[in-house]
Amino acid sequence: MRTLRFVGWRLLAGIGVLWGAATLTFLVLHFTPGDPAEVIVGGEGAAPTPEVLAQVTAEYGLDRPWYEQYAAHLGRIVTGDFGTSYRLHTPVTRAIGEQAAATVELALTAAVAGLVLAVAVALFTAKRRRWVRGLAAGAELLVASTPTFWLGIVLLTVFSFGLRLFPATGSHGVASLVLPALCLALPIAGVLGHVLREALEEVLDEPFVVSARARGLSDTAVRVRHALRHALTPLVTMTGYWVGALLGGAVITETLFTRQGIGRLLVSAVNAKDLPVVLGVVLLSALVYVLVNLVVDLLYLAIDPRLKEAA
Amino acid sequence: MSVVKVEDLRVRFGDTPVVRGVSFEIAAGECLALVGESGSGKSVTARTLVGLTGEGARVEAGGLAFAGQDLTRLRERGWRRLRGGRIGFVLQDALVSLDPLRKVGKEIEEVLAAHTDLPGPARRARVRELLASAGVPDPELRAGQLPHELSGGLRQRALIAAAVAADPELVIADEPTTALDVTIQAQVLDLLAGIKHEGRSLLVISHDLAVVARLADRVAVMKDGVIVEQGPTARVLTEPAHDYTRQLLRAIPAEHTKGTRLSDAAPAAPRPAPGEVVVRAEGIGTSFGGRAAVQEVSFTLRQGETLGIVGESGSGKTTTARIALGLTPPDTGTVEVHGRPWTRRDRAQRRDVQVVYQDPLASFDPRYTVAKVLAEALTVAGVPRERRRGRAVELLELVGLGAEHLARRPLRLSGGQRQRVAIARALAPGPSVIVCDEPVSALDVSVQAQVLDLLEDVQRETGVAYLFISHDLGVVHHLCDRVLVMKDGHVVEEGPVETVFNEPAHPYTRELVAAIPRLAAA
Amino acid sequence: MKRLGLYLAAAVLTLLVLAALAPGLFTGHDPLAVDSGQTLRPPSAEHLLGTDENGRDVLARIVHGTRTSLLLGFGAIAVALVFGGLLGLAAGLGNRVVENVIMRLSDIGLAFPELLLALVVITVAGGGTANAILAIGVAGIPSYARLVRAQTLSIRRSSYVEAAYALGLSAPRVVLRHVLPNAVKPVLILATIGVGTALVAGSALSFLGLGTPPPEPEWGSMLSTARNFISRAWWYGLFPGAAITLTVISVTVVGRALRLRSEGRTP
Repeated sequence: MRTLRFVGWRLLAGIGVLWGAATLTFLVLHFTPGDPAEVIVGGEGAAPTPEVLAQVTAEYGLDRPWYEQYAAHLGRIVTGDFGTSYRLHTPVTRAIGEQAAATVELALTAAVAGLVLAVAVALFTAKRRRWVRGLAAGAELLVASTPTFWLGIVLLTVFSFGLRLFPATGSHGVASLVLPALCLALPIAGVLGHVLREALEEVLDEPFVVSARARGLSDTAVRVRHALRHALTPLVTMTGYWVGALLGGAVITETLFTRQGIGRLLVSAVNAKDLPVVLGVVLLSALVYVLVNLVVDLLYLAIDPRLKEAA
Repeated sequence: MSVVKVEDLRVRFGDTPVVRGVSFEIAAGECLALVGESGSGKSVTARTLVGLTGEGARVEAGGLAFAGQDLTRLRERGWRRLRGGRIGFVLQDALVSLDPLRKVGKEIEEVLAAHTDLPGPARRARVRELLASAGVPDPELRAGQLPHELSGGLRQRALIAAAVAADPELVIADEPTTALDVTIQAQVLDLLAGIKHEGRSLLVISHDLAVVARLADRVAVMKDGVIVEQGPTARVLTEPAHDYTRQLLRAIPAEHTKGTRLSDAAPAAPRPAPGEVVVRAEGIGTSFGGRAAVQEVSFTLRQGETLGIVGESGSGKTTTARIALGLTPPDTGTVEVHGRPWTRRDRAQRRDVQVVYQDPLASFDPRYTVAKVLAEALTVAGVPRERRRGRAVELLELVGLGAEHLARRPLRLSGGQRQRVAIARALAPGPSVIVCDEPVSALDVSVQAQVLDLLEDVQRETGVAYLFISHDLGVVHHLCDRVLVMKDGHVVEEGPVETVFNEPAHPYTRELVAAIPRLAAA
Repeated sequence: MKRLGLYLAAAVLTLLVLAALAPGLFTGHDPLAVDSGQTLRPPSAEHLLGTDENGRDVLARIVHGTRTSLLLGFGAIAVALVFGGLLGLAAGLGNRVVENVIMRLSDIGLAFPELLLALVVITVAGGGTANAILAIGVAGIPSYARLVRAQTLSIRRSSYVEAAYALGLSAPRVVLRHVLPNAVKPVLILATIGVGTALVAGSALSFLGLGTPPPEPEWGSMLSTARNFISRAWWYGLFPGAAITLTVISVTVVGRALRLRSEGRTP
């Protein structure tokens, strides 16, 4: 019952965020300097024909008062109509849909790889000998401080052009996924590993851990059965970071490795001032954020049941 | 044969020696108490017995044996068989010694899984038996709950159940009653006594001589890493041989110490009779989120008088103090200071009531030095700039510190010094009343003695009145003139301390008084 | 050992600031001088870090790019800190309505990856160094607003603030003397670490061709060109990126040391 109410509130908050995102896109469309119709088709450089401008004015109702436009804008978004890309001559939803699979594949692979790496390193190195900890901390700092695009260039230099192990470009087959996923996963693993290790070291000092050791538990049992669960909570609260790092990283990685995907679609849309596509991606990312957050909140409840009462 | 034999144990952390040559034995079925103040090395000694001395510790011993087995040569695997299996360990503060994310039953089951061959269902049945025999009502329900769903007393019982689960020969209890209310303390001590009667040896670590008096067969008093005195409990308590033991015993506030000094043998000067009424609270009450925190509380406080408020956690004593301080406005009733009702904006009145908290460090801005802390208080009191430094030094001298402390940061002071600075700050605006919210609860007994003596000296000198909140009945009995006993937001009894404590009228007061640990009980 | 790392990081930061102020101290080459006879040469005595596709000295371009790159990092954090800080203070000190409005807005802001928000700003306002600073700064406002609000609230509830009220200090005085200084300090320290992240984000925009435009030297935009020559000129792709990573590491190490010190622990 409490869990249900909690989910209810979270859903409501999520809808609030989505509404905010929709409003933001509306504001962007209407407060960008210049004639809105022109802005929608790609700015001054696009040199649209009068017919296209007339079509846009009709589609977006640009001749009606702002509140009617706003209502219509929200209505279109609710029904899944994110507008049309006049550069690609396709509806935005279709343009995004065609690219989604490649990005999801990349992001999920990287997320899993990053998490596994972070947990493994943290579990093995927390509270060990000084040099082990120092080494782990140094490695984390290095990968977390490395920009994705440079990491990618280094990976390409070594593994594609040097050792010729993996292809440099493309989005087909497992081999083409290895380098981009690694490139996306490593910095995330660095940040998560750092947070996780600090949390673990703190937990391993807690009296209940000493208590568990005093019951005769082995070090591994103490780490896995007691400490890990506590150390996971700070990771869970970093949802915003996760989603941001994956989406932002995908933009860079896809560009660098010339892979298909939403990230590359976005970069070319920004370059071409293709506003409907940019705003479509914004709405999509808000949706993803809300959904991921919901799942994570439930995970959070599973990890720390004490929160059920707070909820 | 002795179960534990420790000879010339030395422990150092880095370059700091913490235990400097400790020797003792515990016989089968015997209870030894290690007593000392913080930093005496008592907990480190206890932890060394299970090989959990801590990170960076260097342990040396002439001999360290358990049931004839040499512990100095033990490897990790051997330690694990001992821990929980043959030596049960109850840690200080049950709130943090149980994994907050795991069910209580699972924690106890863990011991059985590690040290017995019992299959799952049998283990769970045994967990329920253990909880029941540790005095946990409804063990079926409790085993499935998380630690925070249990009261402090029940958590401590669950920890004890886990410690005895694998039928160990020795149980070590580190400050087993410290965070508990006094009535619960008594019950936990009874439970430990029961464990001793089952024939197990018991090592109890405590800072409180009175607590161990009713449990221990022998007492070892530790100070700065050495045992200064060791002997049968009754002998150590009645005829202490070492100065430090005598000092500790004298420092314990109780009924018979009233009107005497705790920190030294100097005679206490007489106190003047209470003067006019400075605070009058009439029927005050308030509630948080629909739950009444305080209801219908009335009291008066006179100049030069100390009024104690006692009660267990959640009784509403701190809320009452905050209302008296004017920090929480009451929903009902009135508070008058010098005959005028509290108004939020009257600063002159504001200065008349000051406060001293349990944790003085948290009550100082972390960026401030002692000089700045006092200067701020003096500024508010309207002391002109050129006289502030001189006045600050006077205040520090009044609380037993000096000008050399002005430039220090509170973080670099000891707990007792911090509390002295807090008292100096409270005195700066020249108040008629100081609200003291558990001001000595976090202090060692000898420091507590100094602070309590200081509070009496200050009162004699300035005529200030104290509203003194405490859970420690001994402290209240020693210091206060009158007392309010609170339970569930109500005052259940009030009157002069002697009357309330010696002839308690209300059943709850009787229960409280009966639970006070007394040295004489040994 | 740890001290050594801190001193090294501080030394690197000093050198970076020097390079930003007086790049001529570190290199004699002109970062814009094209030499068609010297394209894509590997490191040599003449060109310590080699040359790029136009024969320009890579070291000179890195040194002269320091100013822009640091400006991106510090400028963006300054924007985020000033606006986020003011909003956070307003939320932490203001009434419930103000607090709720600001916090719900920042909830919405936090729903978007910072890079995505920055891209929206760029789409609307166009590229360039100034717009990149603005874009990344704006994207960082919600998280700083949250941080400052959380700090302010926890200090408002602290017992030293209560003690100040008990002494009779007026509310504005308590805010000015105790709440503000104590709230600002940890946020400033966290912002130090944030400079690294902002610098990476800024050079990412340049890498995507949306930040500092060529031929002006900037680390991210150098890498953007360098990726076309990975197979032929490893040095071109290696050194500008190493400059970014080294800067971020140094900033992070110094920031963490400041944080430890402010928490009363020794770094």
